Amino acid sequence: MHNENQALIFELSKPGRIGYSLPEMDIPEVELSDLLPAEYIRQEDADLPEVSELDIMRHYTALSKRNHGVDSGFYPLGSCTMKYNPKVNENVARYNGFAHLHPLQDESSVQGAMELLYDLQEHLIEITGMDEVTLQPAAGAHGEWTGLMMIRAYHEANGDFNRTKVIVPDSAHGTNPASATVAGFETFTVKSNDQGLVDLEDLRRVVGDDTAALMLTNPNTLGLFEENILEMAEIVHGAGGKLYYDGANLNAVLSKARPGDMGFDVVHLNLHKTFTGPHGGGGPGSGPVGVKEDLIPYLPKPILVKTEEGYTFNYDRPQSIGRVKPYYGNFGINVRAYTYIRSMGPDGLKAVTENAVLNANYMMRKLAPAFDLPYDKHCKHEFVLSGKRQKKLGVRTLDIAKRLLDFGYHPPTIYFPLNVEECMMIEPTETESKETLDSFIDAMLQIAKEAEENPEVVQEAPHTTVIGRLDETLAARKPVLRYQKD
Amino acid sequence: MKHRYLPMTDSDQKEMLEAIGVKTIDDLFSDIPESVRFKREYNIKPAKTESALMKELMLLSQKNADLKTNTSFLGAGVYDHYMPVIVDHVLSRSEFYTAYTPYQPEISQGELQAIFEFQTMISELTGMDVANSSMYDGGTALAEAAMLATGHTKRKKVLISSTVHPESKAVIETYAKGQYIDVVEIPHKDGLTDMSALKEMIGDDIAAVVVQYPNFFGRVEPLAELEEIIHAHKSLFVVSSNPLSLGALTPPGKFGADIVAGDAQVFGIPTAFGGPHCGYFAVTKKLMRKVPGRLVGQTVDENGQRGFVLTLQAREQHIRRDKATSNICSNQALNALAASVAMTALGRNGVKQMAIDNIQKAHYAKEQFRSAGFEITFDGGSFNEFIIKCNRPVREVNQALLKKNIIGGYDLGRDYSELAHHMLIAVTELRTKGEIDTFVAEMGDYRA
Repeated sequence: MHNENQALIFELSKPGRIGYSLPEMDIPEVELSDLLPAEYIRQEDADLPEVSELDIMRHYTALSKRNHGVDSGFYPLGSCTMKYNPKVNENVARYNGFAHLHPLQDESSVQGAMELLYDLQEHLIEITGMDEVTLQPAAGAHGEWTGLMMIRAYHEANGDFNRTKVIVPDSAHGTNPASATVAGFETFTVKSNDQGLVDLEDLRRVVGDDTAALMLTNPNTLGLFEENILEMAEIVHGAGGKLYYDGANLNAVLSKARPGDMGFDVVHLNLHKTFTGPHGGGGPGSGPVGVKEDLIPYLPKPILVKTEEGYTFNYDRPQSIGRVKPYYGNFGINVRAYTYIRSMGPDGLKAVTENAVLNANYMMRKLAPAFDLPYDKHCKHEFVLSGKRQKKLGVRTLDIAKRLLDFGYHPPTIYFPLNVEECMMIEPTETESKETLDSFIDAMLQIAKEAEENPEVVQEAPHTTVIGRLDETLAARKPVLRYQKD
Repeated sequence: MKHRYLPMTDSDQKEMLEAIGVKTIDDLFSDIPESVRFKREYNIKPAKTESALMKELMLLSQKNADLKTNTSFLGAGVYDHYMPVIVDHVLSRSEFYTAYTPYQPEISQGELQAIFEFQTMISELTGMDVANSSMYDGGTALAEAAMLATGHTKRKKVLISSTVHPESKAVIETYAKGQYIDVVEIPHKDGLTDMSALKEMIGDDIAAVVVQYPNFFGRVEPLAELEEIIHAHKSLFVVSSNPLSLGALTPPGKFGADIVAGDAQVFGIPTAFGGPHCGYFAVTKKLMRKVPGRLVGQTVDENGQRGFVLTLQAREQHIRRDKATSNICSNQALNALAASVAMTALGRNGVKQMAIDNIQKAHYAKEQFRSAGFEITFDGGSFNEFIIKCNRPVREVNQALLKKNIIGGYDLGRDYSELAHHMLIAVTELRTKGEIDTFVAEMGDYRA
């Protein structure tokens, strides 16, 4: 381990240095005090760094070396679809005619951008099997909330004010219940059965005339396809509820099954996952929402329409839930996703899913002898293992994750879903080669062996990172959330 | 199927299928019931090669009038500013942009430290104790502020000034519906929040009052007076603020704001047809544990070495689920990095200078319009925007200006019926004297 702190940029600051080249002031200037009341003229400067351009580049280059991305190495973080981020997407998003458009320009001057958005919507409609798509939501959770608000508006328009419940499986992403709360619903949980699928009996028990919607990821967060999806749809629809599809796992079913054909009424997609966003260290994402016909009136406004004179934004939507975001969504991410879809085409997208699923099943079978496999059946794009066996040896899943860092890997998602003990959720994606998978498998098998023969090396991991395990309790108990000069 | 993003070879596939113990890939999909299986091909455009697609999309992008080859006087919440070139070079380090949320701090110190620095810079500019790692944008950040306030005060009514950005107001209203929050608009008087109306509307049932500084009309709202009225009723004082303006204006924190939120697009982030931008969210220490989204904190490792982690996560959806302070998960981390690099490049002197240059250039433009006989609506202390009155619909004016490669100002009639034919003009540090003079000259025919 090389214990070198990278100084904070504030610690590198020296009065008098600058890192900018501001445009020339070619107009006569007046005294600020003639323009603004003294009370509103800032007296004490914001204490920002004073550094040269090279200082800045070295600082951030040093920071980047202390960060692991998909381009650094394998990143099998389950449910996050950490696939390769194509470089052409980055180039296209930076074209002047996309990157430097103002959202409030006259529509006649942004027809190219509107055409791209419209065509992206058309592609997503076909891919999801829905009837209409909005690109306004900024990320997956934002899409969830948007979809739920539309479901609420739908029920209320039908005079149905008692549908206050949103049902989620115990394996659901944390954003599902959180989004339900923000949309004004109460969350109820439906249990999974011993097959890792939603328990239909329990679903029948919780669904009723107070059900607004069931939120479901399919395949679910265990990587298993909910085979009874049509029956589930019948149960929910039979009670007057709507079926919501969390698109986090769409990478598993491209060209294989469409949410719209499975009975879903609302779908959100994470363009930064299946459609190569990229993830950006935690965003920006993009979370388009697709709906079936009966929910179209409630879409956020404006909606993009194609007319004989060209594309236009229609604000005349009396039943719309309103705006969910200023302007039209995360356009830059939508450009990237569009570039990706157009690079893949129908055959390419089909191969994406087939290879992602093949990779996941291969890894699952290779790792099954050394770890607990709670659900022994074909997985889709991801699978879960349990570290129960290792836990008995005193090695927790957290330790295994930390030990993987020594091999140069980002660990899988751990301790999620909540219904699997000592859970590891592994998603290899289709852009990884067999050689990469084999190396990771070898590392996992070695760690399993270490857990038996030399557990300390796992318990004390990581050994090679720039920093050791951090004291998270201290961070929460005495929060230091900004730099303060001594 | 061969594709540059798909490394699987025929022999790989064969070996892997054997290892799994199945004959074909289709066998792996046998759990998808026949009745829901998709049996045809997607009816979407066929794949294009890299070069052909780049050309197609380049031509498509050229159907748009961009801000770099035209001269823009359009702002209204999104601005064409100096973007230090270094920003994009840092962003292009793919260790940053191909990573995800820093769940594993040992291999994410770069991102975590960059966010910690972002939080510090936003705290400095706003004059607040604590800032989070980012929100989607200014509009949703304000909506989160309104929700925080209602949760904190246990009151269900929020007042919002009519001088707040109309699209932010619209977003707040949508969120408010979800939370059964009552949103009431405070009228403006001569382009500033109407104090006497506020005094009548405020009471002990008001969770928060939301104002914008500088406001949507470019005017500098009197935060000191607002604060007195608002805090007299223990309502939270929420200020939406353009963080660049705070290089020159007294920060809301100095006037006792409880929450300051807004958009950092002004710092190194392209306008990108409205997104992705970068919401920020700053609060007093008292509200720290109620903040939505990610927070990065400083701590030490087992050897006592300084390091950074995601902290106070008990607020967040992945831990608290339906009891979380917000549902936000992915935020705008990469754009927060962009803003950090821009704030670093500008630094202490540059942010101040750039803010002052905006005030000066906008003032110059305003005076040129005045000299040309234009009526300046809501004239008074302002940042980089002001309003003129035209003799016809602003849309028509803008369409004519486009022919001269000028992107005109914002049509206020879209949001304020009393302001039909009024154009909100933004003049940033990028506009030259020549550009401003040409614009004023071109506008001559449209003087009301």
